[in-house]
Amino acid sequence: MKRQNFLLLVGVIALAIIPLFLVAPAKEGEEIFAGADGEAEELITKIQPNYKPWFEPFWEPPSGEIESLLFGVQAALGAGLVAYCLGYYRGRRRESPTPHASAN
Amino acid sequence: MHIMGGYLPATHAVGWSLASAPFLAYGVSKLTKQLREQPESRLLLGASGGFAFVLSALKIPSVTGSCSHPTGIGLGTVLFGPAIMCVVGFVVLLFQALLLAHGGLTTLGANTFSMAVVGSFAAWGVYRAGLGLKLPFNLTVFLAAALADLLTYCVTSMQLALAFPDPASGFGGSAVKFLGIFALTQIPLALSEGLLSVLVLNLLRSHAASEVASLIPVLKGGVK
Repeated sequence: MKRQNFLLLVGVIALAIIPLFLVAPAKEGEEIFAGADGEAEELITKIQPNYKPWFEPFWEPPSGEIESLLFGVQAALGAGLVAYCLGYYRGRRRESPTPHASAN
Repeated sequence: MHIMGGYLPATHAVGWSLASAPFLAYGVSKLTKQLREQPESRLLLGASGGFAFVLSALKIPSVTGSCSHPTGIGLGTVLFGPAIMCVVGFVVLLFQALLLAHGGLTTLGANTFSMAVVGSFAAWGVYRAGLGLKLPFNLTVFLAAALADLLTYCVTSMQLALAFPDPASGFGGSAVKFLGIFALTQIPLALSEGLLSVLVLNLLRSHAASEVASLIPVLKGGVK
């Protein structure tokens, strides 16, 4: 199980790093690794140049920094929940070892 | 897969909201029943929600030269079934729409449909099929999470193609273009999500075997 988990982690990291080397560096005025959501937005305006979004968000993060802060907060909250759950069960197993409390 | 607020015609926005609503209502009733009957499962529910939260916040580079994010719906679906994960996915999207201006309130229905409804039911279908075919359990989880992730982005592409058919080539031409942006980018990310889902489920199983087995009956016999 431990070996499999290690390999899974290596796989995830490799899948995120490999594209950085595969994609040609950006030419002047071009941006690489932009968000796919934003690219879809551009495609919409290409297909229907007259389309006007009819609704604006009530609030938008005032800068890219603040937006990345909020994404960081979201990731931290999520990771916190997962880690709390794992930590709780791990601690409980140490305190009262029961025969069926460990897999494999 | 987030369609930005205001970027779907009003009729489409309303239509997708109506399509998602019954799944959400059913999900809420399943969720209350789950928490009443197995209150101790709320910790694993929290972990499933947390997993969807963290995965949908991570924008990961892909081979197409753009970035996108996984959805994290598959893991919770394997544990709690699709209806409950519809609600969890909706909560994630609501948070992103209100606080991050990522997606939007007007497109919440369409985004809920692709990520929470199609994502969770696709994961469930693949998971059940994998168990039926007696595939190894971890491979089944991997396929369920990865295919649900990929299918979510295919649905987003279709939603946009329906709303914005190409003037020359119509719905089909437009669908190919949107799929080119979303589905291709998503392939390596879907693989990542599959691997991560197996990893986290492995960890949960090694520390909380009996709790996980009470949600996943096939694990009761100690399946590898």
